[in-house]
Amino acid sequence: MRKHLSMLCLLKISLSEIIKTMLKFDNVTKRYPETGDVLRNVSFHLRHGEIAFLTGHSGAGKSTLLKLIAVMERCSRGIILLDGENLSGAKDSQIPFLRRKMGFIYQDYKLLQDRTVFDNVALPLVIAGFGHQEIVRRVRAALDKVGLSGKEKKYPMALSGGEQQRVGIARAVVNKPPVIIADEPTGNLDPELAAEIMRLFESFQQVGVTVLIASHDISLIAKMNHRILKLEHGQLVSS
Amino acid sequence: MKPIHRRHQTQEVKQPRYAKPTRQDTRRTTIAGGNFADKLKAYRDLHAHALFSSLGRLVASPFNSVMTIAVLSIAISLASGFYLVLANLQQLTENLETSAQISLFLKDEVSETHAKQLADSIRQNPSIQSVKLITKEQALAEFKTYSGFGSAITVLKTNPLPIVIQVLPKDTLENSRGLENLLQGFQQSVEVDSAQLDMKWVERLQSIMAVSQRAATLLNLMLGLAVLFIAGNTIRLELQSRHEEVVIAKLVGATCAFIQRPFLYTGFWIGFISGVVAWFIVTVMMLILRQPVENLSGLYGGDFHLLFFGFGETLELIAISSTLGVLGSWAVLMYQLQHTKPM
Repeated sequence: MRKHLSMLCLLKISLSEIIKTMLKFDNVTKRYPETGDVLRNVSFHLRHGEIAFLTGHSGAGKSTLLKLIAVMERCSRGIILLDGENLSGAKDSQIPFLRRKMGFIYQDYKLLQDRTVFDNVALPLVIAGFGHQEIVRRVRAALDKVGLSGKEKKYPMALSGGEQQRVGIARAVVNKPPVIIADEPTGNLDPELAAEIMRLFESFQQVGVTVLIASHDISLIAKMNHRILKLEHGQLVSS
Repeated sequence: MKPIHRRHQTQEVKQPRYAKPTRQDTRRTTIAGGNFADKLKAYRDLHAHALFSSLGRLVASPFNSVMTIAVLSIAISLASGFYLVLANLQQLTENLETSAQISLFLKDEVSETHAKQLADSIRQNPSIQSVKLITKEQALAEFKTYSGFGSAITVLKTNPLPIVIQVLPKDTLENSRGLENLLQGFQQSVEVDSAQLDMKWVERLQSIMAVSQRAATLLNLMLGLAVLFIAGNTIRLELQSRHEEVVIAKLVGATCAFIQRPFLYTGFWIGFISGVVAWFIVTVMMLILRQPVENLSGLYGGDFHLLFFGFGETLELIAISSTLGVLGSWAVLMYQLQHTKPM
C-alpha cells in the first residue's frame, strides 16, 4: 500500500512537471535541402507564466523557430511539446486545434484590412465556434485590455501603427490562449510605443500566460530584465 | 494618445475581466464554449454568415461576377435549350405514333357501298382500334384545302383519287410482327389496290430522334463539364485574391472546413444565379420562337404547342446548376488548400 502511494506521489510530481512546462524544445533540428541546418539541436523549455525573449542576428533561425511553434514548418529531428502535446508529430487535421492554444503577434500585424477592428479580433472566436454573445463579451474585454475600446467599428487603415499592433495583440489574446508568441512585435514602432507594448506583454505574463517574444532590439530587451534565449547560426548559445 | 498601461490598469481595478487562465479555460480554447444548443446556433450563424457574405462579395465586384455568370448561363442555357428542343420534337413524334396507321387504297371499280361493307367487316377484327372511310369526294375536298392546288383541281373532269380506308391497329408500335401480318392480310384482299403501312417513316424518325438524343446527352455532358471548370476557375481566382485572409485564418486556428465554407457558398451562388439567368434566356428564346412555330404547325394542319420549362424542370435546372457550381468549387478548394502553405 505504502509502495503504491509513493509511486503515485512520484507520478504526481512528474505530471506537475509536465504541466508546469508550457513549451519544450528537445534537440530540435530543422534542415532545408537548399540551405542545410537552420536550427541545430535546440533545447529549451518555457514554464507556465514565463516570459522570454528570443534574440539573435538576422538569419540565426529566429523565424524558423517560431514557424516550428506555429506548425507552419515541421522539424527534421527532435520533439516540440506544447502543454504536453506533441507539435512535431501532430496530424495535419490536428494543427488548427493546436494553433488555438497559441496567440500569434506579427511585425506586420497581419490584420484583415476589409474588416473592422471588432471583426478582426473576433476571428479566432468565430473560428472556434463561440456564440454571438460570448464573442461580443470577449472581444470588448480584449479591446479594453489593449486600450482600444470605442474603436471597434474602425477599419485597420484608419488606425496608427501602434493601434494596429494592439488590435493584433487583442486578436492573439481574445481566445485566452496559454501561450503568446510575438515575432518582432515592436519592429515598426517608436521606442515609447514599443515600451508600452512590452508592458502589455508583462501584464499577460502576470496572469499566467507564457510569452515568447522574438526581437533584435537589444536595448529594449536589456531594460526588461527577463530571460533571453540567444540564437547564433542555428544554435542556442545562451538561455 | 493616452499611455495604454495606465488605461488598462484602471480597467483592471474596475473590472478584472482578464482572469488567470485555468485548466478549464485552456480546454475551452479548443472546444467552443456554451452548451450544445449554443454551439448549434453558432454553427448555423456561421453558415448564414457565409451564405450572405459570399453573395455580398459577388455584388461588391459586379464586373467579374457578371462576366462569370454570363459565361456560365450561356453554357447552361445551351444545354437546357437542347433539352427543351428535344422534348418538343419528342412531343411531335408522340403525336405521330397514333398516326402509325395502315392506309388501304381501294381499286377503282370498288363502289362506295362495297367499301362501306368492307370497312364494317374490318371493324369487327379485334386487333383494330378504329376504321375511317374516306370517300372520293372527301379525299378531293381535303386535297383541295391542304395541297394548295385547289384551283388546278377544279379543271379536272373526273376525280382521280381512290377510296381510302384508314385502319388504326390497337398496339401500334409495340407489336410490329402482328402489324406485318395484318398488312399482308389486307394486301391479299381483292378490293385493295395497295395497303401502306405509315409506320416505316415513323420508325426512321424515331431512330433519328434516338441519335439526336444521344448527341444531346453528350453535348450536355460537355457543357456540364465546362460549367464545372468555369466555376472552379472562378473560385481559384477568388482564392488567390483572398490568399492573405486564408493564411491569417489558418494561423488563428481555422480548419479547412471553415476556410472552404465561404468559397463553397460563392460557388453555390454562381451556379444558382446562372441557372436562373439560363432559365430566362431559354424562356425568352422560346417565346420568340412560339409565333413562327405555331404558324408553321398551322400550315401543316397540326395542333402543335411549344413546350416550355415546367415547374419541376425549372427546379431541376436550378438544382443542377447550383450543384455544378458547388462541385467545381469543391474540387478546386480540395486541391488548392492542400497546396497552400502553411497547412
